[in-house]
Amino acid sequence: MHLIVFIVFAGFCLAGAINLLIQSHPIASALSLIVVMTSLAVLYLLLGAEFLAAAQVIVYAGAIMVLFTFVVMLLNAGREERTLGSRAALRVGFPAVVVILAVIATVILHAQGLGVAKLSDGITSTEELSTVLFTKLLLPFEVTSVLILIAILGAVAMASHGGKEQERTGGK
Amino acid sequence: MNSLFSQEVPLSWYLLLSAALFSLGIVGFLIKRNLITMFMSIELMLNGVNLSFVTFAHQWHAVKGQIFVFFVMVVAAAEAAVGLAIIIAIFRTRATLAVDRVDLMKL
Repeated sequence: MHLIVFIVFAGFCLAGAINLLIQSHPIASALSLIVVMTSLAVLYLLLGAEFLAAAQVIVYAGAIMVLFTFVVMLLNAGREERTLGSRAALRVGFPAVVVILAVIATVILHAQGLGVAKLSDGITSTEELSTVLFTKLLLPFEVTSVLILIAILGAVAMASHGGKEQERTGGK
Repeated sequence: MNSLFSQEVPLSWYLLLSAALFSLGIVGFLIKRNLITMFMSIELMLNGVNLSFVTFAHQWHAVKGQIFVFFVMVVAAAEAAVGLAIIIAIFRTRATLAVDRVDLMKL
């Protein structure tokens, strides 16, 4: 059962990721990224991370991707024009990707002591997670709230500043 | 049927999937010419790394690995908000999303 679910959703993951690269319209890419993220949530559930599976669907597939599709529609982004890209990417980038993938795959396949995932492993409960998060890791948690506040202020400042610039040049 | 239900999956398969997602993210970043799609490729790479974090958290029964993924999600949300604001600002001044046309620091 575990094997079947893993194969199906890993297949969805890879198919969505490859589709993201093939599609030339940003909306199609965004939708295939949603497929990738939702199937990753299922894989998290298989690995016993129930809170992360829920957060993956709500935060990633929900909030972040809605933001992406919203911006794509706001900017009315059409089909992207294909160019050859930079020469550096062609000569250094793609060989580097192949080398990285080969090295990682070799290390993983030769690693000793990697276990197996079973359905009977049990899940990490949200209670267990939050106990560690709110006692031992309270400071990092609070720091992320400051980070989010700064990000919101930055996004608002950037958007409104651009608007003012446009008004000024438009008024001249 | 019983053996089908008690099947187990080696954790190395999860790690290979995460490496494949990460590599596809890099390839997408290299071949895509649209700012938004390049940004999506970065999200794909983040997701690939998250999967390997969860896999290792399962391997060592460590809760902190999962908490790290939670933090990555928080940072990704902040990054998406700021990044998309930058993209909107670029689109306002250049009226294009193609990275090849955004090659000047100043207009």
